[in-house]
Amino acid sequence: MAKARQQQTVSSRSGGTAWHARVAGDEHILEVDHLTISATATGRPVVTDVNLDLKAREILALVGESGSGKTTVGLSILGHIRSGLMHSGGTVTLYASHSEEPAEMMSLDDASRRHLLGTRVSYIPQDPALSLNPGIRVGKQIREVLDIHEYGSSDAERAERVRSVLREVGLPDDDAYQRRWPHQLSGGQQQRIGIAMAFAMYPDVIVLDEPTTGLDVTTQEQVLETIREMTVTNNVAGLYITHDLAVVSEIADRVAVMLRGEIVEIGPTDQVLRQPQHEYTRRLLAAVPDLAGRNQIGKLHKMDAQTTEFLTGEIAVLSEEETTRTAARRAVTSEGVALSVRDLSLAYGTTPVLRGVNLDIQAGECTLLLGQSGSGKTTLARSIAGLLGDYTGSVEYRGEALAKSTRHRTREQRGQIQYIFQSPFSSLNPRRTLGQSLRVPLEMSGELSASDQRARVRDALDAVQLGRQFYDRRPGDLSGGERQRAAIARALVNTPSVLVCDEITSALDVSVQASIISLLHTLQSERGLAMLFVTHNIALARHIASRVAVLNKGVIVDDGPVDDVLDHPTHEYTRELLANIPTL
Amino acid sequence: MPQTDGLSAQELMRSKDAGSERRSTVLTRFWSQRQAKVGVILTAIVVLFAFVGPFLLPWLTGYSATEFAARPFQSDGLFGTDNLGRDVWSRFLAGGLNLIIFSVLATLVGLVLGIAFGMTAAYAGGWLDSLIMRANDVLLAVPQLVVALLAVTVLGPQPWVLVIVIGVTHAPRIARVARSAALNVINEDYIRAAEMYAMPRARILAREIMPNITGPMAVEAGLRLTYSIGAIASLSFLGLGMQPPAADWGLMINENRIALSLEPAGVLLPVLAIALLTIGTNLIADSIAHASANTNAGGQ
Repeated sequence: MAKARQQQTVSSRSGGTAWHARVAGDEHILEVDHLTISATATGRPVVTDVNLDLKAREILALVGESGSGKTTVGLSILGHIRSGLMHSGGTVTLYASHSEEPAEMMSLDDASRRHLLGTRVSYIPQDPALSLNPGIRVGKQIREVLDIHEYGSSDAERAERVRSVLREVGLPDDDAYQRRWPHQLSGGQQQRIGIAMAFAMYPDVIVLDEPTTGLDVTTQEQVLETIREMTVTNNVAGLYITHDLAVVSEIADRVAVMLRGEIVEIGPTDQVLRQPQHEYTRRLLAAVPDLAGRNQIGKLHKMDAQTTEFLTGEIAVLSEEETTRTAARRAVTSEGVALSVRDLSLAYGTTPVLRGVNLDIQAGECTLLLGQSGSGKTTLARSIAGLLGDYTGSVEYRGEALAKSTRHRTREQRGQIQYIFQSPFSSLNPRRTLGQSLRVPLEMSGELSASDQRARVRDALDAVQLGRQFYDRRPGDLSGGERQRAAIARALVNTPSVLVCDEITSALDVSVQASIISLLHTLQSERGLAMLFVTHNIALARHIASRVAVLNKGVIVDDGPVDDVLDHPTHEYTRELLANIPTL
Repeated sequence: MPQTDGLSAQELMRSKDAGSERRSTVLTRFWSQRQAKVGVILTAIVVLFAFVGPFLLPWLTGYSATEFAARPFQSDGLFGTDNLGRDVWSRFLAGGLNLIIFSVLATLVGLVLGIAFGMTAAYAGGWLDSLIMRANDVLLAVPQLVVALLAVTVLGPQPWVLVIVIGVTHAPRIARVARSAALNVINEDYIRAAEMYAMPRARILAREIMPNITGPMAVEAGLRLTYSIGAIASLSFLGLGMQPPAADWGLMINENRIALSLEPAGVLLPVLAIALLTIGTNLIADSIAHASANTNAGGQ
């Protein structure tokens, strides 16, 4: 009975005159004070001396790249420390609305913390598709939160709260909608259900862990608006964890920048983004691609000496040979269409993915293929690369139709068209050294001797600025950026003329993305590569490409030089994309 | 705000690796478990007896009447003599080698067949997958010992028959595990990459897929070794494995069980050895499973 009463008070904002005073006085609702979290095994700090405070009706963005400790800080606000880590100093204090006494999240016992979670402090995870139970109807999932925390006094009151919170997040509140399964909702709707669950109990503090990362820009825009609105109208203090600085500028009042477990800069959003004080913040901002192309992220670095040497060395070799092949390549690199896609259609089962795509890739030019998830962009890229064999229509290389599967293409064609995979964590065999993996294209073309192959691979490793000492290392020892460079090197060993890059920077942090883009620039200008750069990020267009093709629902809706498409989009879809893109 | 100098791109990238500096290998994680140490020690003791024992025989093991130590059931020697007057301790020392060698060989036969079929089924997919796996199901429906009995009856109780039969009956079970392990791997992009470079399919299986399923296969190997030991010892016990007068643990149990009250060592010694060996190999298999469970081969 006593327990029930305690829970009753936790679940409502009844007891908190102190909280009301704090909200009215614009004081802190949550304080993180000198928080340090270390790895249990090594004792080395993962998060060092972090100080944060959250106020009601305000969103603080916690920005950092992967491994900076931002999620660890976010979870510590819920009083949760991941296994393998331990709390080794500092406090997290919550001035919750249910009681006059502040709660100390780090030292709270499990039972009382469980009462606070979902009621006073709630969490919105990154992937809505994973965080909703696929076997429970969505209305029931929201209702479950209310049931567990014993919201209100009657069934009718809880049912009404489910309906009202659905309305608040902009979803229909009728029974038919509540009876849907999670898989019957779109990604954006799923995330709204997640938001509704988090806000159902009128929490005081909400932690959002990259809640829009998996959504496309139009949906992201709407979800961000919902989050902003819910936070302000419900007097909630929000912590928004993200790596995306453009999103930060849309949603946050203040920004904290994390580097290697420390907060290096904290301040109002405008100030941090316009006049960054810390060197790291400046670097981070410089690496963010902007639609206008002002940042010039692709031209940050000059080539190092080794690269120049390798490239000039190769050009010398080629000019000595004077084969017909080189002559042909020169003729192509000077002008003309390197690769053209004619009326390409493909369906998975009865679902059409590509519907008559026509696309020309000019020699020596980079074409950006833009499309949101589900637009068929990867399918198109893989069809060109010969990884999908069941399309209709044709892909022509220098006017010659290519066989549909790489196995049936000639060695020459296989070598000339190279495809780079999206995730460097999946595209390299973890059990083989980089040298072994990178030699595969050469072994299969079978032209060079073993020692020539090794030399070519080492040169390619130099060309991607990894260095030849990586030859004997395995992917497990490498960071994401280094792996992607190795994957690019694998595409270069055959000295191709067409490079198909399928979302190759989307799994990487912005600073790493910038260095990869810069590398591609270097390679493209030095080798006269024709590139098809597939991405969902329209902001990259001016940084990498000279042409843009926009793919929507399996059809190219806009195609032309970058400036034409971005400044004067002809299709409604492109206009919508451009309108919704978050900018700094 | 403090100014940080020398914040180069390389340094930033390196900072992302900081967590992986102290990476533990499968081997260190294996050895850090107590059950792994117990398993290795138990197995080592029995294997040592089986391999070194034949060189330290106090008496011959009894292939002919002249080698008998004494009359039946005397207390001569360390553990007395058996029903035919042969020295029990000598026969015990000599009786494990064949069992262990045949078990290992049978397991290897099973692994080779099982992995080959399992990987092929997973990678090929479609009708070939269905064909292999349904054939597998048919084989799984027949009890191992029944197949072994049939084969030994038809082909005679010879060592190679034992090895092949036990190996072949293991194969369907191993194939199931190999298939599911390979299914996780074939969706990785490095398999797509190998296909893109037109790598021959057999080489994709051997070089790209097989090295990445070694974890589950090592577990399976340990488990199947345990079963092989049990199966071969059982067949010998039933008189279908090693034939008298050979010294063999399974056979010894059968020969001496009638005289359990008179001469308990003749039964208990081989029983103890087989028990320790199976427990030991099983513990090792378990520990490998634990150690390799959290090695996400391709993961971040």
